Amino acid sequence: MSLVLANVLNDFGGAIEFLFKQQPSQLDPNTEVGGISEMLDLTLKHLALSASAVAIGTAVAIPLGLYLGHHRKGEFAAINASNVGRAIPTLVLLTVFIAYIGVGFVPIMLSLALLALPPVLTNTWVAVTQVERDSVDAARGMGMTDTEIIRQVELPLSLPTIFAGIRVAAVNVVATATIAPLGSVDSLGTPIISGNVYGADGRLGAAIAVSVLTLAVSGALAALQRAVTPEGLKLGAGEPQRRRLPNLRRREAATP
Amino acid sequence: MNSWLQLGQLEIRERQGGTCEANNGFCPDWIADNLHRYVDPFLQHIFLTVVSVAIGFVIAFALALIAHRKRWLLPPLSASAQILYAIPSVALFLLLLPITGRGTVTGLVALVSYTLIFIFVNVTAGLEAVPKESVDAARGMGLTERQLLWRVEVPLALPEIFAGLRIATTTTVGLAALAFFAGAGGLGEEINADKGFQSNIAVAGALAIGLALVLDLLILIVQWLMTPWRRAAAA
Repeated sequence: MSLVLANVLNDFGGAIEFLFKQQPSQLDPNTEVGGISEMLDLTLKHLALSASAVAIGTAVAIPLGLYLGHHRKGEFAAINASNVGRAIPTLVLLTVFIAYIGVGFVPIMLSLALLALPPVLTNTWVAVTQVERDSVDAARGMGMTDTEIIRQVELPLSLPTIFAGIRVAAVNVVATATIAPLGSVDSLGTPIISGNVYGADGRLGAAIAVSVLTLAVSGALAALQRAVTPEGLKLGAGEPQRRRLPNLRRREAATP
Repeated sequence: MNSWLQLGQLEIRERQGGTCEANNGFCPDWIADNLHRYVDPFLQHIFLTVVSVAIGFVIAFALALIAHRKRWLLPPLSASAQILYAIPSVALFLLLLPITGRGTVTGLVALVSYTLIFIFVNVTAGLEAVPKESVDAARGMGLTERQLLWRVEVPLALPEIFAGLRIATTTTVGLAALAFFAGAGGLGEEINADKGFQSNIAVAGALAIGLALVLDLLILIVQWLMTPWRRAAAA
């Protein structure tokens, strides 16, 4: 039993050492792999890939959700987008792009963007349809156009729920970007997929790095979600009051 | 050779013959001739999904019942399940390798840990949503706590419980496609073995998506059979 424990500790020790110290590659002793600089480089590539995918997915999903929600259209599609998205394994989504479109940054990024789309679309649609009719009627009575109502009433009130969707999407994308090297795009998954170059320590080290990164992204977006919640909604939800300029007012100041 | 994967036992496919196969295209003939290759991985995939959802259901359901009685356990339990869920599946399969070794067990342990959050959250929410009046009426009729739980609270929470089970099942079908990282086989192994070949991706992908949809439908049917009073109310 103690021998097993010693082996486990040994494996994890080697993996952590890989993260901080360069060492000769398994395949070619003359090249060095691992170490803090390579891991940082891979982390940045991982984040760049994930951020572009989430940005594109969100840029499509939010306007679509706002439009459909405002006009109470496409309920079935918007609600079921998440369910259908869940039924498609991420490996299948990625390899469909690899086999039918090709390898490289753009196809892999687009497949991840497609992964990010459903949760944001569903959450945006649900949030907009749950905005109180009274608020929308009041805005209309003040002479606001549909576009103004969407931008100045429905969007701010929907932000917390939309951000919850973005967080789900981002965590999914960051986790799935681990298998991006299957499509020849570097990410923190590279030491995992290229096991023959990086060795067992590299594989386990990368697994640790990916887990830490995902938890960090999830935590950071949870904080951001609290930050974008309009002050009025926070009070309504019984959260502690904070002295800060409400987002709603800031938006009004920004739009002429 | 960046995309080379040494983890799985590599299966070198024989694809002599037509130009379609050589061009990695979508070839109905190849698919018809090679369907038998997918039977075992498909069965492994079903095994991984069904067993891990079953084990996950027993664990999460028991924990939810305990948390229903001892409320202070609710925040720490749901936070732990949430953190487990946030760990990327590929990473978890690899993190378990030094502890449980390569193979089905590692795959099952990781997959079970992902089912917990959906089932736990939905069972507790379902029990929470049981109308106070029903509980009071049951107590007034002299039901013991145990009878109250199994005859009133759990049956009334069934729709939420089944919703959690459905989410857990479709999610597990998708995650089991990555179980080949733990050496646990499944359709993911076939996908990864020849990921540039359109026919291979089409067959294995369709089987995985089809499995998710069929299992989802099966659970819906079981739910329909187990909640006859809802049908009576709807009619």
